[in-house]
Amino acid sequence: MKHRVKFEVNGEAAEIEAEPRETLLDVVRERFGLTGAHAGCEHGACGACTVLVDGAAVRSCLLFAVQCEGRSVQTIEAFGTPAALHPMQEAFRTHHALQCGFCTPAMVLTAIDMLAHSPNATETEIRAALAGNLCRCTGYAGIVDAVCSLAGREPVDS
Amino acid sequence: MKPAPFEYVRATQLGDALAALASDDDAKVIAGGQSLVPLMALRLARPALLVDVNDLPLDTVEVANNEVRLGSLVRHVRLERDAVVVRAAPLLAEAAALIGYPAIRNRGTLGGSVAHADPAAELPAALVALDGVVLAEGREGTRRISARDFFEGFLTTVLAPDELVVGVQVPVAAERHGASFREWAPRAGDFAVAGVAVVIELDAGGVCVSLGAAACGVGSTPVDLHEVLTDAGVLGASDVGDSLLRSTAQAAARTARGDDDREQLVGLLTAAALHDAFARARGGDASGTGVAA
Repeated sequence: MKHRVKFEVNGEAAEIEAEPRETLLDVVRERFGLTGAHAGCEHGACGACTVLVDGAAVRSCLLFAVQCEGRSVQTIEAFGTPAALHPMQEAFRTHHALQCGFCTPAMVLTAIDMLAHSPNATETEIRAALAGNLCRCTGYAGIVDAVCSLAGREPVDS
Repeated sequence: MKPAPFEYVRATQLGDALAALASDDDAKVIAGGQSLVPLMALRLARPALLVDVNDLPLDTVEVANNEVRLGSLVRHVRLERDAVVVRAAPLLAEAAALIGYPAIRNRGTLGGSVAHADPAAELPAALVALDGVVLAEGREGTRRISARDFFEGFLTTVLAPDELVVGVQVPVAAERHGASFREWAPRAGDFAVAGVAVVIELDAGGVCVSLGAAACGVGSTPVDLHEVLTDAGVLGASDVGDSLLRSTAQAAARTARGDDDREQLVGLLTAAALHDAFARARGGDASGTGVAA
């Protein structure tokens, strides 16, 4: 049986009908065309599908869309524009923190959530927070540098 | 879309949740979903009905009568950050900080971790160490189940299929309380190979008058180390010198005998956690650091 779900997607009210087994990831990609949330492992291991729900980073592959009634969902598309990047996106650009780009939206959102709660996070804390997001280009050094730069930390020598 | 099809009901009242659970033999509770949904994505779990309990008023932290009562929907991130939890149940705060990754901790719940009963999970071991109580609600009423009796085996508890964990209760950390959770995982956030929780209380003279300890990642349930540490002489000790740490480590290691990966590790983690617990009890700083060993 399909369920009606009313929620907010990137600041706009939305209403959909969804089968219970459709994940939030399925819905943001296929119904809303928000393909910045990437489908990697689809069972919670890789972190590529990270979005913000009520401001907190979550794995959208582990949340069914029907569970999002009344929630506010933000994907990477809600942050910055090509002309005016979000400070985290700018930091990623400056520190060459992306290669193929597959893990990047999730890395950026994870880092935004982390610094919102720990604005002066240490490099160790930053590495621990990002450990749940896999980068198969192994570009971690640049990513850590980028997040460190916004936490007021000297970027590591890489 | 990887899970098999299922029906879904969102409960807004406890009675509705219990009725829905009883309505289908293949019904399953979903709270944070951080263990259940991966199992569904891999089709290792194929519930016919998911009963969503996220709207029940169980995201609660209360302190009364020297007990901390935590609702089952308290998420790991709240255990980690909530000032009341950090002060009154520092072992739970430290254990929660070791679970998975931030995105997992933003969703995963205390009740879910307890009911799922993964032998590698931190919170079940912490509850056993604290001699906590699991509060289960069924249509016949509430059961108070000692954490030491709650876990039966791998992913198995004494919970009836139509019962719901609504909360847990642990004693409030006393003044000279010291707690520590040490674990080792190959990568931050991975399932720990093993972990050890130790909690002690010192009297005014600095003598250990109460202790609890448990290991995760060893065996099919949390392993209660209370007797092991008591027999090793920790109870009544006023200091943890090298010889007491060594003999306690050896005794704890024996609980994992035959497991080449874990035998020494459990000993080392026990010694490290015991050392931390004494230091924190003495320093009056019982708050955890969340660091791995």
